[in-house]
Amino acid sequence: MSWLSTTLTSSIGRKIVMALTGLFLCTFLIVHLVGNFQLLAGDGGVKFNLYAKFMTTFPLVKALSYGLYAGFALHIIQGLMLIQSNKAARGANNYAYSKPEANSSWTSRSMGLLGMIILLFFVGHMAQFWGQMHFGTMPMVTIDGIEHKDLFKLVSEAFKQPLFVGLYVLSMVALGFHLWHGFQSAFQTLGLNHQKYSPFVEKAGYGFAVVVPIGYAIIPIIMFLS
Amino acid sequence: MSAETRNYTLKVWRQSGSSAKGEIKTYEMKNVSVGASFLEMFDQLNEQLLANGEDPVAFDHDCREGICGMCSMYINGRPHGPDTGITTCQLHMRTFPDGETIYVEPWRAKPFPVIKDLTVDRGAFDRIIQAGGYVSVNTGNAQDANEILIPKAIADEAMDAAACIGCGACVAACKNASAMLFVSAKVSQLAVLPQGKSESSRRAQNMLAQMDSEGFGACTNTGACSSECPKEISLTHIARLNREYLRNRFTLNDVEEFQPIKKPDYLDFGV
Ligand code: HEM
Ligand code: SF4
Ligand code: FES
Repeated sequence: MSWLSTTLTSSIGRKIVMALTGLFLCTFLIVHLVGNFQLLAGDGGVKFNLYAKFMTTFPLVKALSYGLYAGFALHIIQGLMLIQSNKAARGANNYAYSKPEANSSWTSRSMGLLGMIILLFFVGHMAQFWGQMHFGTMPMVTIDGIEHKDLFKLVSEAFKQPLFVGLYVLSMVALGFHLWHGFQSAFQTLGLNHQKYSPFVEKAGYGFAVVVPIGYAIIPIIMFLS
Repeated sequence: MSAETRNYTLKVWRQSGSSAKGEIKTYEMKNVSVGASFLEMFDQLNEQLLANGEDPVAFDHDCREGICGMCSMYINGRPHGPDTGITTCQLHMRTFPDGETIYVEPWRAKPFPVIKDLTVDRGAFDRIIQAGGYVSVNTGNAQDANEILIPKAIADEAMDAAACIGCGACVAACKNASAMLFVSAKVSQLAVLPQGKSESSRRAQNMLAQMDSEGFGACTNTGACSSECPKEISLTHIARLNREYLRNRFTLNDVEEFQPIKKPDYLDFGV
């Protein structure tokens, strides 16, 4: 193995991959959220559909999106492998009686579970919206004389169903908990620990973990209610 | 010493050898002094077992004053029991209300195989130290104390890390059975001082490679280790270990890999 692959497959290296991809996904969450807010523009979806067209056809965005897929894939595959190997490190016998809540937070111990919930959501989300947009047959709409795929219609139909809205909101709760621990944890993993800056990073992480998932969840709720 | 005594129900892990199948056995303890340490209570249990012609419980202990790190017991779901910042020998029976049921199990980690009952083989820690937990450059005779100036804050940082007694509670507490807190303490205590600084990142790389080869898990930054550590070693040392490791892997002009040390055959306690 080369020095690089040995580094990236060591326990710290694997965590570095998780931290870098995790923080990269955090930046994606912001961009995606800004796009989603156009669903609430109240213009029958004109802005949102134009935005969706731009995001799926503009070459630079398309190139960036491959980086994003790779980031997701790395985070998920490495995450699943870590869940497995960390579990194996306990050995054949587990404790008959254990009280982990005395020494660590539930979120920090449940990153795997929370990740799996996000993964399920992610698969459903990709099949429902992304897959339809890219490979499915979409309803069409004419904006300024040009035909566009009507993603807005697809989304607003989905968000008329209480089941979808419920699952969506629940997944965002899981995302919030994942980030509650994950954001500051990523900085610690990267060795970025400092008495002056770490308290700020921690608070920023908590803020991010609350604001971003609420931002996502509020959209289907508003669309469902209106 | 107080004359007050209490009664307990003990649920203790019994395992006759490393390859034997173990189980939890129940013992009734009567008239335990509230002033007794947890280990003294176990001495009392063993006297009782011997008197009944039964095999006494094997458990590790040595100094009985919180400095050797031997007394590994997972008590009521936590390493070294319910108090924080102490070892099992520093835990007293007054902490446990009368009539309490107390679970006592060995450290559970794949790299810490059970030898017998509550004793586990922590040789993996020795091999991690062997991999680089020392200063290999000859530092010569002791110099005049004022020759090498070390700010108080740095000296404190090194001393805090050096307080680690290698007990393994961090591994026992961690949901991933990770040894990162131990390794980070052993890297930190040398990395911040001039004598250890020159080899610090190489040391981090070698000790981590040994830790990985022993089968410990990776760190999820849950902080369970630090909360349960009898010496309250801080998580900041783990961040330093990560930094040292990355510095070495990405900047050191050397690609030679460390060959992990094998567990010697004569240390195989298997029956
Ligand atoms: C947009 C979605 C996601 C974001 C923003 C995100 C972000 C993060 C961040 C910042 C961390 C902390 C890294 C560290 O501790 O150094 C993390 C850890 C983790 N993530 Fe995610 N994540 C996402 C989705 C997922 C998914 C789909 C999985 C599915 C398996 C997953 C599994 C994990 C696991 C298992 C960890 C903990 C690794 C460990 O420390 O042991 N994540 N995530
Ligand atoms: S870091 Fe703390 S818990 Fe871990 S071995 Fe050292 S003293 Fe024990
Ligand atoms: S017996 Fe030495 S620390 Fe407990």
